[in-house]
Formats: sequence, structure tokens, C-alpha cells
Amino acid sequence: MTTNDLLQVGLYLVVLLLLVKPVGSYLALVFAEAPNRVTRFGGRVERGIYRLCGIRAEEDMGWKRYALAMLLFNVLGVLAVYALQRAQQWLPLNPQHFGAVSPDSAMNTAISFATNTNWQGYAGESTMSYLTQMSGLAVQNFLSAATGIAALVAVVRGFSRRSSLGIGNFWVDLTRSTLYVLLPLSLLIALLLVSQGVVQNFKPYVDVPVVQVGSYAETVKNAAGNTLKDAAGHDVIREIPVTTQTLPMGPAASQVAIKMLGTNGGGFFNANSAHPYENPTPFSNFIEMLAILLIPGGLCVMFGQMVGDRRQGWAILATMLLIFIPLTIGLVAAEQAGNPAWHGLAVDARASALQAGGNMEGKEARFGIASSGLFAAITTAASCGAVNAMHDSLTPLGGLVPMWLIQLGEVIFGGVGSGLYGMLAFAVVAVFIAGLMVGRTPEYLGKKIEAYEMKMASLAVLLPCALVVIGTAVAVMLPAGVAGIANSGTHGFSEILYAVSSASNNNGSAFGGLSANAPFWNVLLGICMFLARYPLAIAMLALAGSLAAKRHVPESAGTLPTHTPLFVTLLACVVIVIGALTFLPALALGPIAEYLMSVH
Amino acid sequence: MSKLLRQSFVLLLVMTLITGVLYPLVATGLAQLIFPQQANGSLIVKDGKPVGSVLIGQSFTGPKYFWGRPSATTPQVDNGINSGGSNLGPTNPVLTDVVKQRIAALRAADPGNNAPVPVDLVTASASGLDPEISLAAARYQLARVATARGFGTARVLALVNEYTRGRQLGVLGEPRVNVLQLNLALDAEQALGAGSR
Repeated sequence: MTTNDLLQVGLYLVVLLLLVKPVGSYLALVFAEAPNRVTRFGGRVERGIYRLCGIRAEEDMGWKRYALAMLLFNVLGVLAVYALQRAQQWLPLNPQHFGAVSPDSAMNTAISFATNTNWQGYAGESTMSYLTQMSGLAVQNFLSAATGIAALVAVVRGFSRRSSLGIGNFWVDLTRSTLYVLLPLSLLIALLLVSQGVVQNFKPYVDVPVVQVGSYAETVKNAAGNTLKDAAGHDVIREIPVTTQTLPMGPAASQVAIKMLGTNGGGFFNANSAHPYENPTPFSNFIEMLAILLIPGGLCVMFGQMVGDRRQGWAILATMLLIFIPLTIGLVAAEQAGNPAWHGLAVDARASALQAGGNMEGKEARFGIASSGLFAAITTAASCGAVNAMHDSLTPLGGLVPMWLIQLGEVIFGGVGSGLYGMLAFAVVAVFIAGLMVGRTPEYLGKKIEAYEMKMASLAVLLPCALVVIGTAVAVMLPAGVAGIANSGTHGFSEILYAVSSASNNNGSAFGGLSANAPFWNVLLGICMFLARYPLAIAMLALAGSLAAKRHVPESAGTLPTHTPLFVTLLACVVIVIGALTFLPALALGPIAEYLMSVH
Repeated sequence: MSKLLRQSFVLLLVMTLITGVLYPLVATGLAQLIFPQQANGSLIVKDGKPVGSVLIGQSFTGPKYFWGRPSATTPQVDNGINSGGSNLGPTNPVLTDVVKQRIAALRAADPGNNAPVPVDLVTASASGLDPEISLAAARYQLARVATARGFGTARVLALVNEYTRGRQLGVLGEPRVNVLQLNLALDAEQALGAGSR
């Protein structure tokens, strides 16, 4: 670790913490039950939308109706994105004339964007038309994020309401998330990103002559597509000259802004936020990192305000930071230490005033170690999944951190909305365990936690774990799963484990060597993404419905206070113990074994 | 159910118009108005024609040019429409072999130079299009480029410094040198020198 590494991490945390409070207070106003200055400001547009859609804003939905509305809306979203990809060759704004996306890839991508995962089996700049990107994928970036926020607000109402049959109105929560939160912030961030060099246009790709003409070797094939051999049996190779370079274009900034802010993470270009047109400077990188945790952090503050005790929100945020900060520092330190395999070679990997040093494979010069390592931790702590460095090329321990952050259930910040309702499930489990210790009925935020709540919370906690473990087992047992591996040995297993973990927790980043754009992977990961998103959210809405109907129990001497350092520690321990117990055996076969072999 | 379905359908349509048409159009309009150079790809224009982008690296292999970050894009390196990294794992023997080959190539272009090679010159970038190298990587190649062009090292160093950018706000990211801009400037100086001789 260098001083500057620590300085960059520290600066990020300080700025983030300064921003979460105003953002959280604003969010509390947006979702407040009584009209206020924020909701009056956009009232006309909001009411216009409701009138157009035949929505009665004052309708208070029970949890089942809320869940059904959410599910219907999201399934329609999946179908729309699927249709757009399959029909893009006939639609406008396709200057590169890309053809239809294959059915399995299109379905995988549609589920991926609707579930806020943004796993990408395709390469954006050579697959998707501008129209597909901005009116299909980017729309789901907004709506999946808004769905997450809506579900969270409904869950929080479960705690804040008393003896109530309803948990809010899904249409109103979704519309307000989009109009008041995601749209204005995205526009601001998009313009900041353009100022740094992110492209935003509708022009066709630009061909430029290269300064130094190069070439590449290509094997020659006959008409039947077989590689030609010479008399000695070697492949016939011809040199193809390279005289031009094609620069990709498109409406990238508007999509990149919401991909970070909505913790979606799906890149406009294949290299995602490592692409210089998607993340051109260290400052754009800082903005993108802030955008990832801004809303997840702000929602903690909003949660505290909505349940009428701000300390509850800060306690949750403190728990997240307690796990996030040491893991981030561990990741940066591992990358800064570099790759032991190069110790005997004439490579200078020491950090100095002239270079970042460390493990620069799969990293960009402008980001070096600190800005890459911090980004990798943030994007996997939140279920964003955008990358500015290739996670497959991280050192064994450096790669262990993002993988484990995902496996913890995407509750260390997590996705917008989904991260916090996931963490609240853990909080319910934590008060239950504390209740067992002292033999009292557990309560959380004035609501008794009984068998039904425990079932729903356990379901929410264990579902992603089960998906990861079962999905990985299926993939390593089937030839079609193993066929995608790019690196052999322990690292190959890590590629599979990472992919299934990423899909089953709606993260979307990858150990990118895995060739996942094959029918087996598209189907397996599509199923994982869908099951990790909707059944989990519905379980949490059911929990909210049950809690909302309950009376408020006044605090007594036997109540465990849930804003204290004691509870923060307990909650962090529950998250870590479940994450460690479930995944340590698998991690031992992947990154841990690779680490031990690399330093033997 | 049918009421919810109708509400879903119309709301999806309305939201697609707002976030999928109106929003990108407004963003594009504002971007083109306020930051036209950046919004259109930060192109380097010579005699009215684009010759590259400040942000997109090109491949250089001759001794008289500064080399950029190795690129793992296919089929050719620095392929603008197939960005990406090598995705080679840290313990993959292929990675070590590739690093050795890159060291050998740099040494072959600069036989007298036995200094250890800065790590960013032998490792593939994440995008395959990294436009920049570390200051150490520029220093390492300085004498080679100066000799190949018949320039004094001070003259080349001055150009390196001209295309160096420090940490943003003094803290963020890493100091770095833009390779394409630097090489274009070297070519321009050479052409100027040849003309005046």
C-alpha cells in the first residue's frame, strides 16, 4: 500500500459520507406519505402519468397486489427488451447494421437487465444498435433500479406503519423513484461524464488512419470453412495489414450515468468502465464510483428517517462500512503487492513517483492500482458489476475479495433498494439470534419477529446461497459448463464460481475469460438471475405485509437496542458467518488454493 | 389482474418514452451544445480529417515511436470495435510467457538498455485501448526514441512532459503520458526539422 492508495480510498469515503445524508433526506421526502415541496414540484407530470395509465395514486396495495404489480411490470420489461434485440435489424438508429441477437443471448440479456444484474454475454459495440441500447437496455437500467427502490420503500413501510393492511402503491413508488431521483441525477452525472470525454452522439463509427501501419496473422480457410494446411501440415497463415482504426460512437454517457447510479453495471462497450470512451479520466472514475454507492448509502439514511429513528439508519450503514473498509484495503494491498510469478523477470513493479507498479495486467494506466482496486470493491459490494479493471486478472487474493463481497448476498450496500432489504433480512435474523441467547421474543423497530417473519427472512438470506452452490455444482459437472473455462486449474474453477455467484446475487461482473455466450451458460445464468431477484423480493414484501399489520410494541427493559455498536457488531458477524460457512469450501478450491500455489 | 396488466403496459410505454427517448435526446443535445469536442470522441483533427482520438490508443512497434500499453484485443491489437483485456489469470503460465516475450521485444528494439521494464509496458490493459503509459514507461523508452530520431534526450523529454498529465485534483488516479499525442508531436517535429534542413 502506498500513501496515495490510502489517500484515494479515504477521500472517497469522506465524500460519500458527506453526500449520503442530503441524499437520504431527499429520498425520505420523495417517499413521504404527506405532500411536500418535492412531490408538489413534480406533481403535474406525476399526475399526468397516472391519468394516462389509469392509475389511482391513493390506492393502498396489500403486499400480494404490490408483488403482482411488480412482477407483471418486470416480465413485460423482459419481453420488451427481448423483442427489441430480436428486431433491431429492422428498426432505426442502427448505423452499423447489426443483425438480430440470438434467441438465448437475447433472453439472457433481457432477464439480466430487468433484474438489475446486467450480466453481459455480448460485446456492446459489435452487437447492439443505438436504439436497443438506449430504448431497451438503458430503460431497464432505470426501471430495474426503480423497482428495487420501490420494493425497499414498501419493506420499510412494513416497519413504520402500524396495524395497516397496505404497504403502499407500486406504481407511485416506481414513478417517483424514476422521476424525482434517477432521472435528474442521471442527467447531471451524464453531463459531468461528457465533460471528461465520454461520448454522447448518434453518429456512425469513425474510421481513422493509423500512424504506424500494423498487421495481424490469420489462418486461411477454404470454402468449406476448414483451415488450410501446407505440405508440412502447418496451418497456412496470411498477414492482414491494419491501416485504419475504427472508433466506436453512440449515446454512451446517458447510459453510463444510469448504469452506475442504478447499480446496474452493464457497459455500453465491451470493456465497460475500463473503456476510455466510457470512463476517460480519474475524475470520471471518481464520479462513477460515487454514483454507485450514492443511492444505496442514501437509502440507509432514508430508512432511519422513515422508521422515526435516524440512529437505526446509521447503524445499518456502519455495519456495511465495517465489512467494506477492511476488504477494500485488502484488495488494494493485494494488487499493489503485484504478481509473484514475475519476481524472477526483468520487470519493475515497485510503486514510485513515476508509476503505480503492482499487478497492472488488466488495468488502465490512468487508474493504476488505487482507482482500480477501490472500483472493484465498490462495484461488487454494491450489486453494480461495472468494471474498470479485468477481475479475471486480479491476483488470487485480490480476486477473492470481489467474489466474496458478491457472495455475502449483495447486502454490503448492495443494489439500489435490494441491498438494503437484503440487509434488513439479515437484521431480522440477527435480532432472532440475540433473542435466542436471552430467551425473549425478538423484536425489531417495535415489531415482534415471529415464525412467519423468520421464514421469510431466512428464505431471503438462503436463496442466493443455494443458487450459487447448486448452480456451481451443475456447471462443473457438465461438459458444457467446463467448456467455457479460459484459465486452467484452480483459476478455471474460480471463473465458474464467480459467474454463478454474480448471477445469483444480481451483480453482473465476471471473471471475463469464461466464454459465457453459449446456450448452456445463457440458460443457467438466466435462471439464477431471475430466481435471485423476484422470489427474494416477494419474500421480503410478504414480510413487510405481515409486519405492517402488526401493532407497535413499546420498548421494554428486555428490548435489544438495534442502534448500538453491539448490534452493529452482531449484524456484521451474522453476515460474515453465513457468507463464510456457505462459501469457504468452494473458495478454498478456487482463489485460496491459487494463492497458496502462487507463493509456495 | 387485467387492470394491473393494462397499467403495466401503458406505464412501461410512458417510461420508455421518458427514459429511453426523451432523456438520451436531452442529454445528447446538452452534451453537443456544451462539450462538442468530448461528446464526439475527442478526435485529433489534422487538415480537416480525424487522425485518431486522444482517448483511444494505437499500436506502435518501431524504435522511433513510444510504445503504448500492450493490447489483448482480437484479431488485431488496439481494435476499436472489440475492446477488452486478456483475462489471463495471475498464475496462468501463458501470462508469464507473454510477459517474457514483451520484455524480449523491448530489449530487441533497444539493445543497450538493461534496466528492468516498468510493469505497465509488459501487461495488457483492461480495455485494450489504453491511450496512456506511466511516466516510468516513458522514461524507459526515452533514450531509444531520441537515438532513433537523432534528437537530443532533452528535446524528447520536453515533449514527454508536454503530454504528461498529473493526478487529477492532486490525488486521483495516476500520472501518465498520452502516447498517440506524443508520437504525433514527435513526427511533427521531425517533419519540421526535415523541412528546415
